[in-house]
Amino acid sequence: MTDGSEPTKGTPAETIAGATRSGPTVAPDGSPWLLEVRGLTKRFPGVVANDDVDLTLARGEILGLLGENGAGKSTLVKMLFGIHLPDEGTMWLNGTEIRPTGPGDAIALGIGMVHQHFQLVAPLTVAENIVLGAEPRKSRLFDRRGAERRVREISEQYGLEVEPSDTLGDLPVGIQQRVEILKALYRNAELLILDEPTAVLTPQETDELLAIMRDLAANGVGIIFITHKLREVLAVTDRVTVLRRGRSVGTVDTSSATTESLAELMVGRSVVLRVDKGDAAPGPVVLSVQNLEVRDDRRQTTVRGATFEVHAGEIVGIAGVEGNGQRELVEAITGIRPIHAGTVTIEGFTVHGHPRTVREHGVAYIPEDRERDGLVGNYSVADNLVLTEYHRPPYAGHGLRHTDAVGRLASELVEQFDVRTPSIDVAVSTLSGGNKQKVIVARELSEDKRLVVASQPTRGVDVGSIEFIHNQLVAARDRGSAVLLVSAELDEIFGLADRIAVIYEGRIVAVCDPATVSREDVGLLMAGGQPSEPVAAG
Amino acid sequence: MAATARPATSPRDTAGSRAASTLAANRSGLAIGAAVVVLALVAYQWDGVQTTAITARTVREAAPLILAALCGLVGERSGVINIGIEGQMLLGAYSGFMAASYSGSLLVGVVAAVGVAALAGLFLAWAAVALRMDQIIAGTVINIVGAGATSFFYVAGRTMPRFPQWSIPGLEDLPLVGRTLFNHGPLTYTAAVMVLVIHVALFHTRWGLRTRAVGEHPGAADTVGVRIERLRYVNLTLAGGLSGLAGIALLQSAGAFDRGMTAGRGFIALAVMIFGRWRPTGVLGAALLFGLFNAVQAQLQFKQALDVPPQFFGMIPFILTIAVLAVAGVKARPPAAAGRPYDPE
Repeated sequence: MTDGSEPTKGTPAETIAGATRSGPTVAPDGSPWLLEVRGLTKRFPGVVANDDVDLTLARGEILGLLGENGAGKSTLVKMLFGIHLPDEGTMWLNGTEIRPTGPGDAIALGIGMVHQHFQLVAPLTVAENIVLGAEPRKSRLFDRRGAERRVREISEQYGLEVEPSDTLGDLPVGIQQRVEILKALYRNAELLILDEPTAVLTPQETDELLAIMRDLAANGVGIIFITHKLREVLAVTDRVTVLRRGRSVGTVDTSSATTESLAELMVGRSVVLRVDKGDAAPGPVVLSVQNLEVRDDRRQTTVRGATFEVHAGEIVGIAGVEGNGQRELVEAITGIRPIHAGTVTIEGFTVHGHPRTVREHGVAYIPEDRERDGLVGNYSVADNLVLTEYHRPPYAGHGLRHTDAVGRLASELVEQFDVRTPSIDVAVSTLSGGNKQKVIVARELSEDKRLVVASQPTRGVDVGSIEFIHNQLVAARDRGSAVLLVSAELDEIFGLADRIAVIYEGRIVAVCDPATVSREDVGLLMAGGQPSEPVAAG
Repeated sequence: MAATARPATSPRDTAGSRAASTLAANRSGLAIGAAVVVLALVAYQWDGVQTTAITARTVREAAPLILAALCGLVGERSGVINIGIEGQMLLGAYSGFMAASYSGSLLVGVVAAVGVAALAGLFLAWAAVALRMDQIIAGTVINIVGAGATSFFYVAGRTMPRFPQWSIPGLEDLPLVGRTLFNHGPLTYTAAVMVLVIHVALFHTRWGLRTRAVGEHPGAADTVGVRIERLRYVNLTLAGGLSGLAGIALLQSAGAFDRGMTAGRGFIALAVMIFGRWRPTGVLGAALLFGLFNAVQAQLQFKQALDVPPQFFGMIPFILTIAVLAVAGVKARPPAAAGRPYDPE
């Protein structure tokens, strides 16, 4: 089994100042809380990541943990999971004080964590992944059958369907996440921490996960659910604790909360969740896509004859379930992926697979996977801000870079786009998700462009940053850019788009007016159905 | 959304396709093996004596390659690339030779070889795990020290006890097969046993599961409490012991230590490991193939069957190595974390 005596990661053990405070309190039903955290404080050089944080969680309860990027959610759960040691404060599990000093320790205590980036080994089977570190044995050999049997039992008990002998790497993301949850349950976790579990899921997979969470809670598991998506918090949690700048600013019953009230608690001011925008004033056609066919990495044709146009001064939202060709569509338009058939023209320029030429024709691109396609992680914030312009004056000349000009631009953009970074010289990988995205938005939208292609521009980004990014996209539109928005969030599509184009199996199956079409009809179109009444073409 | 909903699991499907893909992966190996067997049978009808000489030599030549490749495999499966096998083999062979020579006991020689080579493995672990040194550089250090020290301290003219030739009664008299498989020195049998041992250990024990997990995704293993650093220390030290056995296997055929007697086998072993797709059974097949080419070239040189300078035959194993790496390397998928020091943050 696991062994918690491992030396700690993070700071060395020291005495806890808060430990002298009174003991644990009890839940409303008179039994001890499953988890009680009081006065938890964690300082890193230069920042107080958690400052006197309190929270409680009852058995069978789902607690939402909300907060902007950098509010201290990750630090808090890392202390619960033994990755960081608290500087001050106390944690009780079932009324007993705990002080996990490593993941192995936390697991032994009955704490399970589903990390945002799965901690799974692709070539191993589902069962092997689940039992790793606590493997059953039979006559000194690894008992593979026993492991598979046990996994099947737990999977049936909690309704998390998996096939234990499948190779993990072959499975879709949603199933892999179930394996992560099963890993915790196999270790008898009573407390499950889910760190932004829905960020990687399709809407269907999200619904399945929320149902699973309810089942787990009904089975007595306490769940801490970290997310940015207020709608999910309202759908599944019992109570919500909100962190802001390292402090817990309040815990509210979900039944009495609204998206607006939660957003306000998180950000500390009222947030306009509805995008404030005037009517579009569409000009001439900028982007024209005709009978486009594109193949994916496995040489399957995933864009199959898409046709649509985007005019100057309008936002066209591509609505669709992920995996219906959106990624390939966007990559073809930006010149990253070769076009198999059909044409893409941008104000008369025909795109033929060369990203820099496309950019030189005035195209801005906010990619779906910002870590992979949008930023160079170990480059500085400044260098990332000139990634598309570094080779041109005034940022370079005579074969040399002009770092002072780069620095001036970077400082200006950081200011203007509210990028929260200690300096323009730190590696961009050290910033939070929302601030990374702001770096990309600043780079792409600081100059007027003919066409803005924004793919999942607010994925994994906190509420305050979402508002900011949405306003930037509307501003680009109002300055006369054509904006193509691809998003898996229907809210975002309805909030921003002047016209909605629904993509299904690589074709644009309908173009509708968000003012007249219902969410249900768009949902039906996204699933390949036909609304009973014909949808007005926009 | 029925259109995109997928069944939660499709058990039979994936299990079936996995079996199929395993078969496909082994198909080329099985085909090569079958072709070699058929060829050997035909050749045996034609010239029994020479064929038996070649097949027996194939097995003998394969033994040190098997042990050395298993050394590389045990390390790399846990995420540490070992290019110091050549140096470890030399250190093992030299220590084994000197210990056996002075003590007059082969067993003492084997213990010394395994011990010293294991220490070299421990050094690699210390450099790669504790110091997070570049693993290629750490391996190169071992190669330089191994070649340098064993040449410097080399004493000409010493002898060691001869290795026994063990034959299995009853089986050794079988035509072709008897001489090929059942009449060898102890290290050749050891190599065969080690293939089985490492196979079972890798795929049917806790240690093996953890080794494979650490070699692919150490972060995942870390979050469930597997101690990565300790595992890598253990694996590299054990692997060092295997390279010591490989060194002894060289002594078994050569009869005495000689400067640079590994002649690149530590590197060829890496090609064997890659061609064998990081699986012990694959290593066995790949090492036999390399052994066969070695045996054929040796026999051609010995018989002077063709009027070609012997050096050209001597090139065959190396050319084969390049060819194998060029062909197999395209599809080879090493353990994902191989070569990267583990950093918990």
